[in-house]
Amino acid sequence: MEHYLSLFVASVFVENMALAFFLGMCTFLAVSKKVSSAIGLGIAVVVVLTVTVPVNNLVLTYLLEEGALTWTGIEGAENIDLSFLGLLSYIGVIAALVQIMEMFLDKYVPALYNALGVFLPLITVNCAILGGVLFMVERNYTFGESVVYGAGAGVGWALAITALAGIREKLKYSDVPAGLQGLGITFITVGLMSLGFMSFSGIQL
Amino acid sequence: MSAVTPKGVLVNPIFKNNPIALQILGICSALAVTTSMSVSLVMALAVIAVTAFSNLFVSTIRHHIPSSIRIIVQMTIIASLVIVVDQVLKAYAYDMSKQLSVFVGLIITNCIVMGRAEAFAMQNGPGLSFLDGIGNGMGYGVILLIVSFFRELLGAGSVFGFTILHTVNDGGWYVPNGLLLLPPSAFFIIGLFIWLLRSLNPEQIETNEFVIRKNSMPKEAV
Repeated sequence: MEHYLSLFVASVFVENMALAFFLGMCTFLAVSKKVSSAIGLGIAVVVVLTVTVPVNNLVLTYLLEEGALTWTGIEGAENIDLSFLGLLSYIGVIAALVQIMEMFLDKYVPALYNALGVFLPLITVNCAILGGVLFMVERNYTFGESVVYGAGAGVGWALAITALAGIREKLKYSDVPAGLQGLGITFITVGLMSLGFMSFSGIQL
Repeated sequence: MSAVTPKGVLVNPIFKNNPIALQILGICSALAVTTSMSVSLVMALAVIAVTAFSNLFVSTIRHHIPSSIRIIVQMTIIASLVIVVDQVLKAYAYDMSKQLSVFVGLIITNCIVMGRAEAFAMQNGPGLSFLDGIGNGMGYGVILLIVSFFRELLGAGSVFGFTILHTVNDGGWYVPNGLLLLPPSAFFIIGLFIWLLRSLNPEQIETNEFVIRKNSMPKEAV
């Protein structure tokens, strides 16, 4: 249990997706103009990451890894290594899951569906999702760990984008040099936030 | 960008219409791999190859892709190309592929590749699209190399691994700035770079949503 807790805290603060690994930057900068839309996208990312990372973990363990197909009982299956198909399968799984989730929410939780709106389809091409999956693969997480890691990474990303949106809302009223207006000052703000998040590094629970 | 000429398609994205600095595309990976120049050079080459060939293939079959499933078709083409690049790197430059770790895989979700396939390759012929892919890949690569040049030179005192500034640790005079090897510095450098680019091309400056009103004169206030 403690192990899971420390993994969660590490993935939220120490290895923050957006601020330490620069993942999901495109949407991070594009959708952080207003706090309300930032929160919407943040929640969507948390949900998608919590679902896709464990599912891809299962895909890896039972379909792609060397010897993963042994359970099928086909002769010679224990020698099959499909891990080179990894990238293609992960992105396919992500795209399919996002689509399914969209339909599911539309049918059963219309309120949340309307709140997330255009953000759900956008998430397919969000590098934070694929990044989370690839980190899970690289670090050989077990199924339990992958659930915790997915949720933690999502929460960390949501936290970062909400904080940035809050700062940008205030920033609108300040006198910024002309060339730095908009994108430039946002980059520098993110840099300062990332500097702040670095103070979490080295925390062990 | 009015007339589509081969030369314009190749050269424009590098400075005039740079995908990173102006269209905010593909920043995700641009920042993480820029701590050393050789790593960013490999990353840039990988992106150039993937963008160019995905543009070529998407453009070749553009009349046969039903528009409702075009995204997934493009995604599959891009993912297959990235797998090829990943396998080549693993076979011929294993250390490099270890250093790039997940970021080779993340080329799939790099918005430049997808963006060019969608915006350019779907409307233009294969030859032009191929050049456009190379141009945009190079625009990405140029930013990557500029950022990594500053980060490696000031952070570790070297360029492409060759020592330029002798650091104190090796008995030299230069005290390296450790901050430049850490994530935040990449944001600062890109921010400042955008400032420079926009000061040179004032038409790219974003307009302010709220203009600060001038202070009223003391005598008016009274």
